[in-house]
Amino acid sequence: MVPATIKARLIDIVGENQYRDSNEARLAYSYDATPNFQALPDAVLMPQTTEQIRAILRLCDESRIPIVPRGSGTNLCAGTCPTEGGIVLTFNRMNRILEIDEENLTATVQPGVITKTLIEAVEARNLFYPPDPSSMKISTIGGNINECSGGLRGLKYGVTKDYVLGLEIVLPNGDLVRTGGKSTKDVAGYDLTKLFVGSEGTLGVITEATLKLVPMPESKKTMLALFEDIDAAASTVSAIIANRIIPATLEFLDQPTCKVVEEYAKVGLPTDVNAVLLIEQDGVPEVVERDMQRIADICREGRAVSVKIAQSLAEAEALSTARRTALSALARMKPTTILEDATVPRSKIGDMVKAINDIAKKYDVMICTFGHAGDGNLHPTCPTDARDAGEMHRVEQAFEEIFLKAIELGGTITGEHGVGVMKRPYLALKVGEAGVAAMQAVKSAFDPNNIMNPGKMFAKDARKRVVING
Amino acid sequence: MNGKAASDIRDGFRERLDYNELMNCMRCGFCLPSCPTYGQEQYEGASPRGRIALMKGVVDGVIEPDADVERQLDLCLGCRACEPVCPSGVKYGHLLEEARDVIQSKKQHKLPVRLVRMFVFRGLFPRMKWMRRLHVAIYWYQKSGLQRLVRGARVLRALPGNLEQLERTLPDVPGPAALRSRPTALSAFGEPKMKVAFFRGCLMDTMFMETNDATMTLLRMAGCDVVVPPDQGCCGALHAHGGEKEMAKRLAKANIEAFEAAGADAIISNAGGCGALLVEYDHLLRDEPQWQERAKAFTSKVRDFTEILIELRFADRRLSLPEQRVTYQDSCHLRNVMGTSKAPRELLRSIAGIRFREMEEADHCCGSAGIYNITESKMSMGILDYKMEKVRHTEAHTIVTANPGCLLQMKLGIVREGAEARMRAVHLADFLLEAALHDSMSGGSA
Ligand SMILES: Cc1cc2nc3c(=O)[nH]c(=O)nc-3n(C[C@H](O)[C@H](O)[C@H](O)COP(=O)(O)OP(=O)(O)OC[C@H]3O[C@@H](n4cnc5c(N)ncnc54)[C@H](O)[C@@H]3O)c2cc1C
Ligand code: SF4
Ligand code: SF4
Repeated sequence: MVPATIKARLIDIVGENQYRDSNEARLAYSYDATPNFQALPDAVLMPQTTEQIRAILRLCDESRIPIVPRGSGTNLCAGTCPTEGGIVLTFNRMNRILEIDEENLTATVQPGVITKTLIEAVEARNLFYPPDPSSMKISTIGGNINECSGGLRGLKYGVTKDYVLGLEIVLPNGDLVRTGGKSTKDVAGYDLTKLFVGSEGTLGVITEATLKLVPMPESKKTMLALFEDIDAAASTVSAIIANRIIPATLEFLDQPTCKVVEEYAKVGLPTDVNAVLLIEQDGVPEVVERDMQRIADICREGRAVSVKIAQSLAEAEALSTARRTALSALARMKPTTILEDATVPRSKIGDMVKAINDIAKKYDVMICTFGHAGDGNLHPTCPTDARDAGEMHRVEQAFEEIFLKAIELGGTITGEHGVGVMKRPYLALKVGEAGVAAMQAVKSAFDPNNIMNPGKMFAKDARKRVVING
Repeated sequence: MNGKAASDIRDGFRERLDYNELMNCMRCGFCLPSCPTYGQEQYEGASPRGRIALMKGVVDGVIEPDADVERQLDLCLGCRACEPVCPSGVKYGHLLEEARDVIQSKKQHKLPVRLVRMFVFRGLFPRMKWMRRLHVAIYWYQKSGLQRLVRGARVLRALPGNLEQLERTLPDVPGPAALRSRPTALSAFGEPKMKVAFFRGCLMDTMFMETNDATMTLLRMAGCDVVVPPDQGCCGALHAHGGEKEMAKRLAKANIEAFEAAGADAIISNAGGCGALLVEYDHLLRDEPQWQERAKAFTSKVRDFTEILIELRFADRRLSLPEQRVTYQDSCHLRNVMGTSKAPRELLRSIAGIRFREMEEADHCCGSAGIYNITESKMSMGILDYKMEKVRHTEAHTIVTANPGCLLQMKLGIVREGAEARMRAVHLADFLLEAALHDSMSGGSA
């Protein structure tokens, strides 16, 4: 419960209708896209201006009320689940594109802008904002920045952090900080911009962002290659890159995924196929043409059993159906769908996929893997049933082993989904105890009273589940 | 709401809502951009994901089914735009229907509301006779000069919400004599290729009788022998969506029986709102095993008239109209439940002389949604104004729709815009017939 006096002051700040604490409102903001996490906040606030946010934070800092910033709640790490109650802060009423600067190639936006809205707005001017998480038609820029989201174009174009030039941030004490700006070069002090990218709402509230744009590629081509074995596909991926070609997209589906996709969408994938690569290249037409031919050759040399290059937009659509329907096919299998994002250096993809398949067998659970082969970011996905405690336990064990394996192969526990509550037990695995301590020191420097998204990122000591020893 | 009512509703939810379906929602949020009420409110509780979470929250005992929860369920249009975009295939419409039915049955309405509900659900819609009586009343209202008087004096201004504007969208209705002589069997023009049974609907066969006639003429032109089973009644959609499930089931059974007798190859509807319930009769009657087979046989035959016209190559025929820009507003249920969105467009594109301009978000609800534009007029008008903005971008002269509710709503939109002089709204069947006749009258020249 928010104490009555504070509630009254919060309503003074945002207005009656922008403060909600009915049971209905609290339930509607009790979850995000992470399976099996739910906790009710005490209230939901829908501010409209940076000034309002400053006043809210100042007040909550004084009274030690947790603040959970929330975009569209599509994160997969329980990052917006209010596990310690407090106030959920939404940005739906701060969703304007403030400027598209065609001279400096930047866009300045409020945090609640939907990713796809931005992408469409800049494309209308023949400009390009590459980070395209699969959730882009509903995810917000604020959420993308705080999770450092990636997407299908990550291999060639990088991820969100590569496109954030400057931020306006409200710190927990209400101070307003502007970092970076429109200039590409800027070494004035610590790079706070980068620090806030991926900070998962634990350091402050982002109220404005200036993003980098690039010219729109002139053309794009799509290809689908099928392989009988996973190693052949994996070494083909490495061979393409080793040949100094960086495709715009290099997506991968493993055999269990292909089976499920075929059953659901009947796209005509042969049943003996063990791996599918969806490859796209964009750029100047002649270069695209040349790259695609070379990639096709490399695939054939790499023992692809079939290589198809789309000749039209409609054909390209058809080729990418398998990849596009992967999630739908998997999500329909069982009531609960767990979507993970263990990531390895791309040379280790073959090893990782095989390890995942073995681990799935060992724990008798179903795990299908698809993902961004180009950058080693895999999505092992498990259709299961949260009501089956026994199976859920095995699923947890399996994923723990998958994370360990990813680290062993030189990778990480999460490539783009973030730590949140979900992966906080594993953070030390990746960054070490000293790394965690350094991060916690940063956290308390910005947020000494621990009001910003508390309980996320860092495990409470007693709850560490994984012991690291060889 | 008192404690007893709340616990009754919770028990009802527990018993009736499919828990697997509730869990199936993985809360990915992919449905949010398709939801018109979320678009208006920008508030999670007014989204499909939010509403499913509320239902699940009640079942799980996390929250009480209080007035706020009920309010969010009331605000849902039932347009089901959230279903085709859902990666998990959650059948939101079915969850909503059950939830509403439970709430209605456990709830004590205030007396006036109860009377209106009684009249609409039990008296008016299931009974063609009553429907016709109301219709005749409207006819006299229009013909006696009363309408002119009312409009002149703006008597209706005193009524709540948007009733005054709604009144202006009423079509000029046919007289009582016409209602008494409806056809029961019509044969194809030329070689018959197919025998179809026509579902006439309630509103469609009274207020929109001309559209029904146009539809049957089109079917005959395409080569269909058309029968109109005389014992058919209301489809039950208003009941099923308004929390009157038992009544809906009774109507469904009566229709199944009426159409079995006709022995046709297909059952044709020309109103998305009706058709969508007809194709779900098997789901509606899922708890009645003795009806399953008959219901399945029925639903497997239900088609929208546009699908049949495409199948019988009606679009190959010469169709033309005077030059005009045309746009198409999807009927939610036709698109989201019956899966028909290409056929109407294909038919429109085949008309020479018109320029078809797809409007942005044509698949978004117009806010009509049964009686929603009366019960939730504020939200409905917000959605309609948003829709009219998209219409404006197309610069269309003609808005084509495929459902009576949408048609009236688009007319209302035109009235609200004050655009009666430059824009009209028509049902696709009427428009196609115009196109077919226009060509024969201009000698079929290309
Ligand atoms: C089906 C599915 C597919 C997905 N695919 C991808 C993918 O391809 N790539 C990918 O990277 N991710 C993917 N995601 C994960 C998710 O969509 C992204 O993390 C996305 O960026 C979250 O955006 P959001 O607006 O929903 O943010 P939220 O989930 O609401 O919030 C995410 C984090 O940002 C913080 N936050 C939000 N706004 C602010 C702000 N203004 N100031 C401070 N903190 C803030 C929150 O506290 C939280 O920690 C997917 C998720 C789903 C369900
Ligand atoms: S799209 Fe489907 S699974 Fe995703 S939130 Fe909406 S209803 Fe749930
Ligand atoms: S049926 Fe329509 S209004 Fe209701 S939740 Fe689904 S999309 Fe929204």
